[in-house]
Amino acid sequence: MEFVFDWEANEENIRELKIFIKENKGKKGALMAVLHKAQDLFGYLPIEVQRMISEELRIPLSEIYGVATFYSQFSLIPKGKYKIGICLGTACYVKGAQEILEKLKEVLGIDVGQTTPDKKFSIDATRCLGACGLAPVMMINDDVYGRLTVDDIEEIINKYK
Amino acid sequence: MMTIQELNEIKERTLKTMELRLQKKDTGKHVLICGGPGCHSSNAGEIKEVFEEKIREKGLDDVKVTLAGCFGLCETGPNVEIYPEGIFYSRIKVEDIDKIVDSHLCKGEIVEELLYEGSIEDGNIKPVSEVDFYKKQVKIALRNCGIIDYENIDEYIALDGYQALAKVVLEMTPQEVIELMKEANLRGRGGAGFPAGRKWETAFKYPADQKYVICNADEGDPGAFMDRSILEGDPHSVLEAMAICGYAIGADQGFIYIRAEYPVAVHRLEVAIRQAREKGLLGKNIFGTDFNFDIELRLGAGAFVCGEGTALMESIEGKRGMPRPKIHRTAHRGLWGKPTIINNVETFANVPAIILKGADWFKSIGTEDSPGTKVFALGGKIKNTGLVEIPMGITLREIIFDIGGGIPNGKEFKAVQTGGPSGGCIPKEHLDTPVDFASLGKLGSIMGSGGMIVLDEDDCMVDIARFFLDFTVDESCGKCVPCREGTKRMLEILERIVNGEGTPEDLDRLESLAETITEGSLCGLGQTAANPVISTMKYFRDEYEAHVYEKRCPAGSCQALLEFFITEDCIGCTKCARNCPVSCIEGKVKERHVIDTGKCIKCGTCMEVCPVGAVIKR
Ligand SMILES: Cc1cc2nc3c(=O)[nH]c(=O)nc-3n(C[C@H](O)[C@H](O)[C@H](O)COP(=O)(O)O)c2cc1C
Ligand code: SF4
Ligand code: SF4
Ligand code: SF4
Ligand code: FES
Repeated sequence: MEFVFDWEANEENIRELKIFIKENKGKKGALMAVLHKAQDLFGYLPIEVQRMISEELRIPLSEIYGVATFYSQFSLIPKGKYKIGICLGTACYVKGAQEILEKLKEVLGIDVGQTTPDKKFSIDATRCLGACGLAPVMMINDDVYGRLTVDDIEEIINKYK
Repeated sequence: MMTIQELNEIKERTLKTMELRLQKKDTGKHVLICGGPGCHSSNAGEIKEVFEEKIREKGLDDVKVTLAGCFGLCETGPNVEIYPEGIFYSRIKVEDIDKIVDSHLCKGEIVEELLYEGSIEDGNIKPVSEVDFYKKQVKIALRNCGIIDYENIDEYIALDGYQALAKVVLEMTPQEVIELMKEANLRGRGGAGFPAGRKWETAFKYPADQKYVICNADEGDPGAFMDRSILEGDPHSVLEAMAICGYAIGADQGFIYIRAEYPVAVHRLEVAIRQAREKGLLGKNIFGTDFNFDIELRLGAGAFVCGEGTALMESIEGKRGMPRPKIHRTAHRGLWGKPTIINNVETFANVPAIILKGADWFKSIGTEDSPGTKVFALGGKIKNTGLVEIPMGITLREIIFDIGGGIPNGKEFKAVQTGGPSGGCIPKEHLDTPVDFASLGKLGSIMGSGGMIVLDEDDCMVDIARFFLDFTVDESCGKCVPCREGTKRMLEILERIVNGEGTPEDLDRLESLAETITEGSLCGLGQTAANPVISTMKYFRDEYEAHVYEKRCPAGSCQALLEFFITEDCIGCTKCARNCPVSCIEGKVKERHVIDTGKCIKCGTCMEVCPVGAVIKR
C-alpha cells in the first residue's frame, strides 16, 4: 500500500523537528535521537523527512536510510492510530503468545508489520516488554494487557473500534 | 554543591519518615504499593490514588502511602504491603481497597481473604519476610527495590545512598577503588562474567584526554526483566555506581544505553538524573572536590545485537549497531576510540554496597569463584513468576521449587532455560547443579543475564530450539557469513523437523552447522547462537528422533505432527461431526465416533465442542 506524506498537515511537526535538530546538532551521535523524535512526531520515517534530516545534519541519505532500516523500532510505513505490540519473548511464547497473535491477525485481517487500510490498527511482534510476570502480554499504545487468553482478544479490540 | 554533612542530614531526616517501613516504629501505618513492571502494568498507579483518597476520607493522619519498586512476586500482583506488621496482600483490585482501609487501617483487623496465599501456614499469618518466596533470597543489587520510593532521592540517601560515592571521592584514590573492586571479584552480570575490577584497571591504565563509562541497559534476553526492575525501582544505585567508576578510571562522562521498549524506566531515570544534578551529586565538583561527572541517556531502537559492547558503542555514535572486530579491548579503545568501561545494570547496582561494606563481606556471600548474588527473572511454567535474588551457589532445584513454588497445574518439570538465545536448556537430572558461572557453563548453558524460563512436559524441546533460532536469524546483524547464513540454514532444518519433514541426515547437518557457526562468527551473538540447539540435542535427542523417525511430537505441541483422536469416552452425541468443517468425523448416534485422519485439517473444533472431553491430541 502507498502512503502519501502530507506536508501541509504536518507543518507543525516539521517545525518541531527542525527545532529539535538545531538543539541537538552539536551533540555527538545525534542521529539516533533525531530519528526517535521524527518517529514520535510522524509515527514513521517518511522518505521526505529522512531527506530533510540528511540536509540538516549533513549526513548522506544513504547512511540515514541504513540506520533507519537497521533498527526495528523505526518504521518506513505509517503505523495505526492504535499500535498493537504483541510480545513474542520467551516467557510469552511458552505461555501461548503465538495463538494470541494468530487470533489477532484473524480479527484485524492484517499480518505482523502491517497497518489496517483505515490506519486504525497496526500489529508488531515485539521482544520482551519486561512484564513477563504477566505473560502472555500485549500493548496497545501505552496500555498493557497481561495474562491474555485467545478469548479476550475480540473484546479488547472492540474497545478501540 | 552537596557536602557530606548535608548528605548525612538528609539521611537522618528522611530515615525518620521511613521508620514504619523498616519496622523500627509501631505506631501508625505505612502502605507500600508495588510499582514494579508487572504491577505497574496492572493498575498500581490507580490503586495508590484510591488508597490515598479513602485514607483522606477516613481522616487517618498517621497512614502514609508509597509506590515502591518491584516486590518480586509479579505472579500475584498487584501487590500491597502494610507496615509495621509486614502484611502482604496480593491480587488487589480497586474494589478491595475499601475493605483494607476499613478493617486493617482503621481497626487493625487483617483481611484474611486478600492475603497472599503463601503467608498463611497452619492457620497463622506470617510476615512477608518469612514467606517461602523471600526466605532464601539475599538482596544486594535489589537491596532498595520495593522499599524506597523510586522517585525520591532522599529515600535513597536515607538508606546510605551516595555514601559510597562520598567515601570514594573524599577518602580513596582511584587505585584504591580499583584494588577493592579486584579484591571483591565482582563478575559482570551481563552474561560473560568478566571481573569488573580488572576491566576498570585496564581503562585506568591508558591515559587519554577523555574516557567514558557506559551502563548497558539494553536487556536483550527476551524473557528477562531484572535490569528493568533495578532501573525502575532503584535508579540512583546505578547512577552512583557509574560515578564511582568514572572516578576510578578518570572519566567525566557516562552514558546509559537503554532500550526504547522501557519507557517507564527511561522516565524514572530522567527524574533520577535531574534530582542528582540538582543536589550536586552529578555535575561539577562533586562533594567539593575537582571530580566532575555527568550522565546522558541514549535510547536503543529495537536491535538485540546492540547489547553487545562494541555494537552498542556504534549505536551511541549514531550508526548501524554492528559489532566491531575485537582488535583492541574497549577499555583501551571504545566509544569514539577512547578508553571506555561498559558494565551491565546489575553489575553497577552491586558497586555501592561493595564500597561501603568491603570485599570480605561481599566474598562471604556466594561461592569462591562467583562471589555475591545473582538476580533472576523466573518465568514460563512456574508458580511464582517474578524476580528473585539468590546467593550464588544455591541449586537450580532450590530456585525453581523452594522459591519458585514448582510447576503449576500438576505438570511435570522438563527443563529450565537460562541465558536466553545464547544459553541452553538444562534437564531434570541436573537440577541439583549449583548456580555459578562455571557450573552452568559445564552443562552447555550459561549464567546469562538472568532470564530463567521453566518448561514443562507440554513444551517441545525442538520447537524451543526453533524459537531461539528464529530469534537469532531475525537479530543477526548480517556482518559475517557463518552467523548470517548458517543460522538461516539451521532454522530451515528445525522448521522441517517440527513440520514432520525432517530426515536423519538433518540431525547430522545441525551438528556440523552448529560447530561452524560457533567457531566462525565475529561476535558473541553468532558464537553462542547454536547453544540452544546443541543443548537440546544433547539432553533431548529422543525428542528430535521421535520427530524425525516416527513423525511424532512427544510433548504434543507441534501442530503439524498432531493427530486428533476420539477415545472410548465418546457418548455419541454427534456434536463433533456436525461441527467439523471438512466433515471427516463419522459415527452413529450413541456410538463412538471416528476421525478420518487423512482428511482432518487439525482445526481443533471437535476438541472444543465435545461435551465429555473425548477428543484428544496425540
Ligand atoms: C548479542 C549480545 C547481546 C548482549 N546483550 C546484552 C544486554 O542486553 N545487556 C548486557 O548487560 N550485556 C549484554 N551483552 C554482554 C555485553 O557484550 C557485555 O559483555 C556486558 O555489557 C559487559 O558488562 P558486564 O561485564 O558488567 O556484564 C550482550 C552480548 C552479546 C554478544
Ligand atoms: S556473529 Fe552475527 S551478529 Fe555478530 S557480527 Fe557476525 S553477523 Fe553480526
Ligand atoms: S480437528 Fe477439525 S478437521 Fe479435524 S476432525 Fe476435528 S473438527 Fe474435523
Ligand atoms: S462430541 Fe465428543 S461425545 Fe460427542 S460424538 Fe464427538 S467425540 Fe463423541
Ligand atoms: S517475554 Fe513477554 S514480556 Fe517478557
